[in-house]
Amino acid sequence: MSVSEAPTDMDNAEGGVAPTGTAAFLIEFQGITKTYGQGQTAFLALRGVDLRIRPGEFLAIMGPSGSGKSTAMNILGCLDTPSAGAYLFQGTHVEHLDRNQRALLRRHYLGFVFQGFNLLARTSAQENVELPLLYRGEAPEKRHQAARAALALVGLSGWEHHTSAELSGGQQQRVAIARAIVTQPLVLLADEPTGNLDSKRSHEIMELLVRLNQEQQITVLMVTHEPDMAKYANRIVHFVDGVVSSDSGEETPACS
Amino acid sequence: MFLNTLLLALREIRRNLMRSFLTILGIVIGVAAVITMVTLGNGATRAVAEQISSLGSNLLILRPGQRLGPGRDGVSVPRFRIADAEAISAQIASLQAVAPVVNSGATLVAGNENWSSAINGTTNDYLVAGNWTLATGRPFSEDEEKLGRAVCIIGETVRAKLFSQQNPIGSPLRVKNFSCEIIGLLASKGQGAMGMDQDDMVMIPIRTAQRRFTGNQNVSTIMVSMKDGADSARVIAQIGDLMRERRKLADHEEDNFNIQDTKQIAQTLSGAIGTLTTMFGAVAAVSLLVGGIGIMNIMLVSVTERTREIGIRLAIGALEHEVLLQFLIEAVALSAFGGLVGIILALIACPFLANLMQVPFLFDPSINFLSFGFSAAIGVIFGYMPARKAASLDPIEALRHE
Repeated sequence: MSVSEAPTDMDNAEGGVAPTGTAAFLIEFQGITKTYGQGQTAFLALRGVDLRIRPGEFLAIMGPSGSGKSTAMNILGCLDTPSAGAYLFQGTHVEHLDRNQRALLRRHYLGFVFQGFNLLARTSAQENVELPLLYRGEAPEKRHQAARAALALVGLSGWEHHTSAELSGGQQQRVAIARAIVTQPLVLLADEPTGNLDSKRSHEIMELLVRLNQEQQITVLMVTHEPDMAKYANRIVHFVDGVVSSDSGEETPACS
Repeated sequence: MFLNTLLLALREIRRNLMRSFLTILGIVIGVAAVITMVTLGNGATRAVAEQISSLGSNLLILRPGQRLGPGRDGVSVPRFRIADAEAISAQIASLQAVAPVVNSGATLVAGNENWSSAINGTTNDYLVAGNWTLATGRPFSEDEEKLGRAVCIIGETVRAKLFSQQNPIGSPLRVKNFSCEIIGLLASKGQGAMGMDQDDMVMIPIRTAQRRFTGNQNVSTIMVSMKDGADSARVIAQIGDLMRERRKLADHEEDNFNIQDTKQIAQTLSGAIGTLTTMFGAVAAVSLLVGGIGIMNIMLVSVTERTREIGIRLAIGALEHEVLLQFLIEAVALSAFGGLVGIILALIACPFLANLMQVPFLFDPSINFLSFGFSAAIGVIFGYMPARKAASLDPIEALRHE
């Protein structure tokens, strides 16, 4: 298994929505390392990343291809595990969780938005948005209501029964965002959410993310390579060669 | 949880109606073929059994010659006589009826109509042995039998061909070259299986047949009807001994006649048809298996096609076993639905085909359940591997899949 270092942008946005317990940080990377391959051919994608994200932040991750930002995003999103280092989510170590435990963590705390929208084909917006609720075992009535509410929140009231093919790119991404927030996650992870959109739609999507960050207090983590889009974030982290090269503002290092 | 996964699977099938339809086509045809083959086979077995039992129960048939087949009519083989039948009747216990029969055929003429039919020269015992009843009229009188009067009892087909609506009793019927009076009408036994019409027959006294048709004292066959519960093996042995004695066969000589037990013929025929049914069923089962492999193919292709979708589901938080279950349910639902459609198709086709083949349509629940169960099992078996593959995908890899 090899994860290539494709240029993927992560949106790291943190909304301080949730009861974070005793931990001051929602997410804490301590010396996160990720190695692909073995021996001679081993490739170090991340070499000791330290990153602390508070609830309610809107964090943009930038960096060139191969800088490790998408690897970091995959680990942040619990899609992948680090080779070494500690990952604390709400103060709990999650770096050693198995496949199913990570799936449950994603199901309950995380929402994903992708560059390619990744909606189910030939499926209505409503059904797409209901999908995570189905996996959470919500009752049908609750599902329908929550999905309608989420679609209304992203400005797609009245489009519930349109399939992906009947929606524009911007609308599809809104459906994807509705799907990500319908479970009221702590963190919304957006991987180049505007990569496939024109600039007008891109700005609309970014405004939507900002609104969700501020009004719903969802922490947003976003990968992007467009500085225009990164400006919407209140914190920008640059990755170069598997380490954080610059961080626009880690506020008040609570613990050292 | 299970209900939700079921819902997901059904949505998936609905989203891909055309693909789903093509997937189940193999199962539909396989199940329909298996059920049709077995149902028609059962019908044919029943038809043969019914036909043979309509000959009369516990019936033995004596024929000259060693066995059925070529050479049995060799000139050297002595024929039976009426006296043989009388001797059997007089000397063997637990018999119901002994009917010597002279088989022949002739053109019948009545008024302007004519019709070719089988002529059986025999006695009233034939009615008992052959399980016939009279619809109207009377059997032969003792006088008519002894003296070989020109009287006849006709079957329903003959009546229908020659007399249409009118009552034939008392009418004259020209049989080949002589005229006889119709004294009775046989109740119809209906169309026998394989197109043999048992009602197409005229009964005349045996001495009439010998005198007017064959011109000799020979008897073609002797039909012996045993009483219920008679030991057929013992009766056959007794009749055999009696015939050997009457035919003056030395101990070292083989029988120059044979005795058939219709029950045995029925068993042999049913056995043969049963074997054929099993064989056709097996051939059909192979097509069902091929249908199952079709399902596996489509499911494998669909896993590849839907890699990205699986990635989305996993990223959203679907557990491995949930994805596994979804794909498994899809496969099982498809094959079970295919099985149902196959059963419906078979139930539509079977009565029609049974009618065409002139065999009874016997609904056999067990083969329906069996094929349905088999198609569902195919879904589980052939759905598992692709489902396993889908569920174990790495979400990152799956999401990157184009």
